[in-house]
Amino acid sequence: MLNSLTRLQRYYLYYTAVFVLFVLTLALLERHGMPPRWVGYAFLVFTVSMYATIGVFSRTTDVSEYYVAGRRVPALFNGMATGADWMSAASFMGLAGTLYLQGFQGLAYVIGWTGGFVLVALLLAPYLRRFGQYTIPDFLVARYGGNFIRLVAVAAAILASFVYVVAQIYGVGVITSRFVSLQFEVGVFVGLAGILVCSFLGGMRAVTWTQVAQYLILIVAYVTPVAILSYNVTGVPIPQLVYGQVLEKVTTLEHQLFDSAKELEVRELYQERADLYAQKIMQLPQSLILERERLSIQINELKSSDVQMREIVALERQRRELPHDPEQARLRWENEMFTAVDRSKPPIHHAEPFPAKTVEEQNALRFNFLGLIFCLTIGTAALPHVLMRYYTTPSVSQARESVVWSLLFIVILYITAPAYAVFAKFEVLSNLAGIPIAKLPGWVAAWTKVGLVGIEDINGDGILQLAELSLNPDVIVLATPEIAGMPYVVSGLVAAGALAAALSTADGLLLTITSALSHDVYYRIFRPGASTQLRLVISKSLLLVVAVFAATVAAQKPGTILSMVAWAFSIAGSAFFPALVLGIFWARATRAGAIAGMLVGLLLTLYYILRLEFGGFAWLGLEGAPLKPWLHLQSTSAGVFGIVAGFMTNVLVSLFTRPSPQAADFLARIRQPDRRGEGI
Amino acid sequence: MNQVSPYWRKTRHLTAWLLVIWVVLTFCVSWFARELNAYSFFGFPFGFYFAAQGILLCYLGIIVYYSRRMRQLDAEYAGDAE
Repeated sequence: MLNSLTRLQRYYLYYTAVFVLFVLTLALLERHGMPPRWVGYAFLVFTVSMYATIGVFSRTTDVSEYYVAGRRVPALFNGMATGADWMSAASFMGLAGTLYLQGFQGLAYVIGWTGGFVLVALLLAPYLRRFGQYTIPDFLVARYGGNFIRLVAVAAAILASFVYVVAQIYGVGVITSRFVSLQFEVGVFVGLAGILVCSFLGGMRAVTWTQVAQYLILIVAYVTPVAILSYNVTGVPIPQLVYGQVLEKVTTLEHQLFDSAKELEVRELYQERADLYAQKIMQLPQSLILERERLSIQINELKSSDVQMREIVALERQRRELPHDPEQARLRWENEMFTAVDRSKPPIHHAEPFPAKTVEEQNALRFNFLGLIFCLTIGTAALPHVLMRYYTTPSVSQARESVVWSLLFIVILYITAPAYAVFAKFEVLSNLAGIPIAKLPGWVAAWTKVGLVGIEDINGDGILQLAELSLNPDVIVLATPEIAGMPYVVSGLVAAGALAAALSTADGLLLTITSALSHDVYYRIFRPGASTQLRLVISKSLLLVVAVFAATVAAQKPGTILSMVAWAFSIAGSAFFPALVLGIFWARATRAGAIAGMLVGLLLTLYYILRLEFGGFAWLGLEGAPLKPWLHLQSTSAGVFGIVAGFMTNVLVSLFTRPSPQAADFLARIRQPDRRGEGI
Repeated sequence: MNQVSPYWRKTRHLTAWLLVIWVVLTFCVSWFARELNAYSFFGFPFGFYFAAQGILLCYLGIIVYYSRRMRQLDAEYAGDAE
C-alpha cells in the first residue's frame, strides 16, 4: 500500500508517525516522573527543530521557487498548507471560547470563515492560477494597467497583513510564556526565530512544506483532547457527532440554573454595583475626593485600634491605587461599570439564535449576524496571503481541487470548535455552578492563578454562582485537557498545536508583506532591470527587517491588537474583492473604476472602524462623540459598507470611463479552458 | 470581443447558479435559524445544527461539484484553447 503513495505522501506519513511516537514517548516519560516543564520544553524544541529542518532542506535561490514554490505543489498538499496558513492562533485558541461565550451568535465566525472558500473556489482561485504571476497586485496591474493601482494594492495588502502578523507573534509569546514559562518578551523572540527558520532561506517553497507539517500537528492537537473528553462524557470518541445530546443536557441545566434564586440575587448585586459606579462617574470630581477621604478615615480608624498591620497595608494600597485624576477615574470606573452591567444581564441560552425579547431587537441581532458573515466571507476571499497560495499549484484544475482540500482541512477544525464550547459549558454548568468555592476542581485554581479564570464571591455565600465566574475565551481550548483529567503531555500537545497555528499563519503573512515590498515595489516599480540574485537578496533582507519590526511591536504587548485582527477582514474585503471579481467577470470594468472603488471601499471601512471605536480625531478635523452605528452594525462588520460602496463606485466610475486597452486580451486568456486539465 | 465562447458561457452559468445556492444557504437559511430550531436533528436543534455543521458540508458539496463539472468542461473544450 505504501508504494501506491507518492514520495511526498510517504514523507509526511513518516513525519506524522515520528510525531505520534514522540508524543507517546513523552507520555511514558511523564508517567515515570518527568516534570511538566520539561514536557513543555521537549515539545517546543522538537517541533521547532522539525520546522527548521524542513526550512533548511527547502532553501532556494530561484525566484519562482522563492515566490510560488516553483508551482509544483500538488492540490492535496496545497490544501493542507492553506489550512495552516489560514487557521491562526485566534482560530485555534479563541474560536471555541468565543462560541462558549456567545453561543449561537459565535457561529457567524464558523460560517464566515468557511463560506469564504466557496467564493475563492468559484470566483478567484482558478483565474489567479491561470494568470500565473506572483502576487495579487500583479494580477490587478495586468488586468487594469498602470502602477498606481499597484501601489494602492500594496498599501492595502500591508495594512491588512501587518496587524495580523503582529497578533500571531503576540500569540507565540503568550503560548511560550504559559507553557514553557519563558518570559513573554523572550517568547516573542523565540517565535521570531521559529518564523525565520521556515521562511528566510526558502521563501514560499519552505513555507509551504513547513505549513503542511504544521497543519498535521495542529489538527492532531486540536481534535485529540476533545475526543477524549467526549469519550469520557458520552462514551463515543467522535465529539462532532454526539455533542447534540450534550447540548440538550446543557439546555436543561440552563433552564434549571439561570433563574434560580441565588443567580437572581447575584445578578441583582452586580446591577447595584453598576449603578454605584454610574453614580460615582456622574459626581466626578467630588466622588474621587470623597473616595480618598473615606479611605483615609478608615485607615486612621484602623491605626488607632489594634487590628493587624496587614489590613492597614491593604487599605493603604487601595488608596495608592486610586485613579490619579478625574479623567483616569472616569475611564477606569466606566470599565468597571460595563463589566458589572455585563454580569447583571441574564445569561444567554447556548442553542438559542438571536436571543432578545422584542422582534426589533431580534432583527438587529440577525443583521449583525449576517453582516459579520458577509464581511468574514468576503474578507476570507480577499486576504492576499490565502489567495497567493493558489499560484503555487501545477495547473488550474489542481488549483480548483486544492480549494476543495483546503476547505475540507479547515472544516475539520471548524466543525470541532462548537463541540469544544458545548463540552466546556456542560462541565461548567454541571461541575462548577452551585459548588462551594473551596471545593472547585483543580483546573479552576490553576487557571485563576494565570488570570484566565476569575471568581468573585459577590454575595459572600461561599458558593459559586454562574454570574460570579468569568472565563477568558482562550481558556476553553487550553484547559480542556485538564478538565478531562488528561496528563500534562496532552496540554503540551495543545500548546504545540497552537504554536503551529500561529507560526504557520505568521509565515504566510510575512511572505505576503515581503513580496509586496520586494517584488511589487522594488522590482516592478523601482528597478525593473534588477538581476534575480539581487531580487532575492532584497527580498530576504526585507523579510528579516519586517519580521524583527513585527516582533518588536508584539513585544510591547499592544492591548488592542487582538481586536484589530478582526478588522483585517473588512480592510482586505473592501479593498480587493470588488476589483478582483469585477475584473474577472465584467469586461467593462476600467482602471479608473477599480482604483476609485478600492480607495472608496478602503477609506469608508477605515473611517467607520476608527470613528466607531475611537471617536474623533482632532488632527484630522474629525471631532465629537463616537459615531452611532449605522444599521446597528458593529465595527467588526465595517466591511459591509466598504464592500458595497467599493462595488458601486467601481461600476459607476467604470461606466463613465474608457475600458482599459489590454483588458480584452487579458480576459480572453484567463477565461479559456485548461489544456492541462488532467487533475490528480 | 463580443462573441462569448461556449466554454465561458457555461462556466459563467455554472458559477452563477452555485453562487445563488450559496447566498440562499448562507443568508436566507441563517435568517430563519430561530424558527428552524423548533425541529430536532440527531439530537441537535436544527437551526443550531445547520449553522454549526450542515452549512459547512453544503459548502464542501458546492465546491466539489464545481471542481468536477469544471474538469468535464475543460476536457470538452480543451481543443478550443489557443
